[in-house]
This record gives sequence, C-alpha cells and structure tokens, in this order.
Amino acid sequence: MTSGISSEPGTPSQTVPPDRASRENQPRWRKDFPIDWAEADYVSRRDLIKYVVLTSGAFAVGQAYIVWKTLQAKAQSLYPRSLIAGLEELPVGGAKTFTYPEGSTPRLLVRTGPEEFVAYDQQCTHLQCPVVPKVSEGKIHCPCHNGWFDLKTGAPTAGPPRRPLPRVLLDVQGQAVYAVGVESKTL
Amino acid sequence: MIQLDYVDREKSTQTIPVVCMHCDSPTCAEVCPADAIKKTEDGIVQTARKPRCIACNNCVLACPFGVPKMSTSASLMMKCDMCYDRTSVGLKPMCASVCPSQALAFGTREEMAKLRPNAKAVNTFQFGGQMIKTKVNLMVPKATMQELVDVTAAMHVPTIGHNVLDDIFDGGGEG
Repeated sequence: MTSGISSEPGTPSQTVPPDRASRENQPRWRKDFPIDWAEADYVSRRDLIKYVVLTSGAFAVGQAYIVWKTLQAKAQSLYPRSLIAGLEELPVGGAKTFTYPEGSTPRLLVRTGPEEFVAYDQQCTHLQCPVVPKVSEGKIHCPCHNGWFDLKTGAPTAGPPRRPLPRVLLDVQGQAVYAVGVESKTL
Repeated sequence: MIQLDYVDREKSTQTIPVVCMHCDSPTCAEVCPADAIKKTEDGIVQTARKPRCIACNNCVLACPFGVPKMSTSASLMMKCDMCYDRTSVGLKPMCASVCPSQALAFGTREEMAKLRPNAKAVNTFQFGGQMIKTKVNLMVPKATMQELVDVTAAMHVPTIGHNVLDDIFDGGGEG
C-alpha cells in the first residue's frame, strides 16, 4: 500500500478563512498566525526561551572550559628556568634585552639596585613600540605616544597605555639572574 | 433527510468513533489563542503543538463535531489526526486496523465507491450560520437532492430510532 494520505479533488488542503473571502481581503493577523503549517514561521515564546537558555548555557560552559584550560596551562608551567644574565654583566641602572622563553618578543632586563632586577616585555601595551627604561626617574617610557609605566611594577602611570607591561619573574642566585616565568595581567 | 441518533451513554455500551473531519476552515484552530493547532500541507489538522498548547479548552468547546479532547494530565489537546504517524507512511489508522468486524475501515475513494454503489459523498455541513467544508466525506444516498448536511436543522427533527438497551433483563424498551 502506498501513502494513505493523498490530496483529494474538491477539498483544498489550504485553510479557508471562515468568511470564505479571498486571502487578500483578510485581516493582517491572519497572515501573522496562519493555520497552515507551511506558512507558520512564528517562533513561540517557549521555543525562544528554550533557545536562549540553551545558547547562553553553551556560552557559559565554553567560558568555564576556557578558565579551566587556562588554569591547567598555569599548573603545568610552560616556562623553563633559564639564565639570562650574569650579575656583573649589568651596572646598576643598566639594561639589556633578552628573549624568554626562546623565540619570544624582546624582553627588557633592568638592574634597579645592587641586588634588585626587574624584567618586562619590551613592547608597549599600547601599540607595541619598544619601551625605554628611565631608571633615575623610576619609570619606563614609551616614546611613540609618550606613555609611562612604573619601573617597580610595570603599571601604566600616564599616556595612552592602559594595561601593565607583562612581567618576567626573576630569580637572582649568586652571580646569575634566572628567568622563571612570565606574568601577564590584563588590568 | 438526515436522521440523527444519540447514544445513551448512561445505559448503553454503544460507542461512536469521533473522527476528525479535517475542515478547510478548522474552527478549533480559529479559536486557539495560543496558535497551537496547525494544518499540514496534506490538509490534516494536527493535535495541538505541545510547546504552545495552554490547555485552555477553547477548541474542545468550539469544534462543531466535538472532536478535540483535552488531556488534563498532559495539559494538551489531543484529537484524531488520522494517526498521522501511521497514515503518513502508508499504514492504516489504529482504529481501523484494530476493528475486528471492519465497522471501521480505511481505504481509498475507489474502494469506498465499490462498497457503496448507491451512495455519494457529501462534505459540506451547515451549523446555523456556519458553513464548513470538510476533507472527510459523509456517504449519503445518491437519490437525495441534498448537497449539504444541515446539522442544526436536523437536530430538531424527532428521532425515529429505537431505544438501544443493553440490559436484556430490563424487559426491553418502548420500541
């Protein structure tokens, strides 16, 4: 037996309005709420709520996954301990550039005191210009747009940059300075 | 002349199938405030859409044929949809396939014409001021001049049927 439902002659399958007038002469709400399935593209409130809840739920799960992955990456450190300078290599107030980890953007190591070193990313957080340390003033200067950072913390103090410079964590042991990690803050 | 008979539900075990007539202008869908009753392209008026139906009972009260039934437990109007899941894939509706005496049968128009050679199909019904054309047809004698069934007029014609009593010890009815 083939399909039991077939269009029979004389019985239109399209819905006829109760007043049997033409479809053009019908009030507009009939077009908005059609009885024929094929014309009904109106999304019900419940469908919309379901869609919105499930979609935002999926976004929340995605965010949680990103957080989890970041924590995971932090737990297994990507940063090896590496020697970047000897203690006597730099005078107090001196600076040198290095890369850490291998192949990174240039980093800036500054000796601020006999036993005190700080190291930051050399790129300004505004538009990636190389920054210049001003050790006597306790600041880091970006000449491109006159941006200023605090030498001790890397926090932006003046000018266009809004985010602190990524900081390279250091470990001074004996006569050598080691880099042990990178700390990127967004605020 | 169309004669109407009534089932005495209190006393009789007689049943009548309430088959949806699949109107071209379905009153149930017209009165639905939730836009839940839809008609598919083949002209079958479907059970209310579950996400939309608010179980308000409007369709149950409005249908002139008394087809929609409210399932209170499911908060959903369910009606005869010709067993759409079955008929759309070529199976017979459940009622017709389980009826042991084939009082309910499902077949093509040609088969029905062969079974009822002296009858013609009428699918226009009048309920007071409301005229309804249906996809489901009623077989009436060919000789009749009637092109439509005036249901509400026929309701006022006294029935000529007999009382159907299932209690055989009752001594029988009056006729």
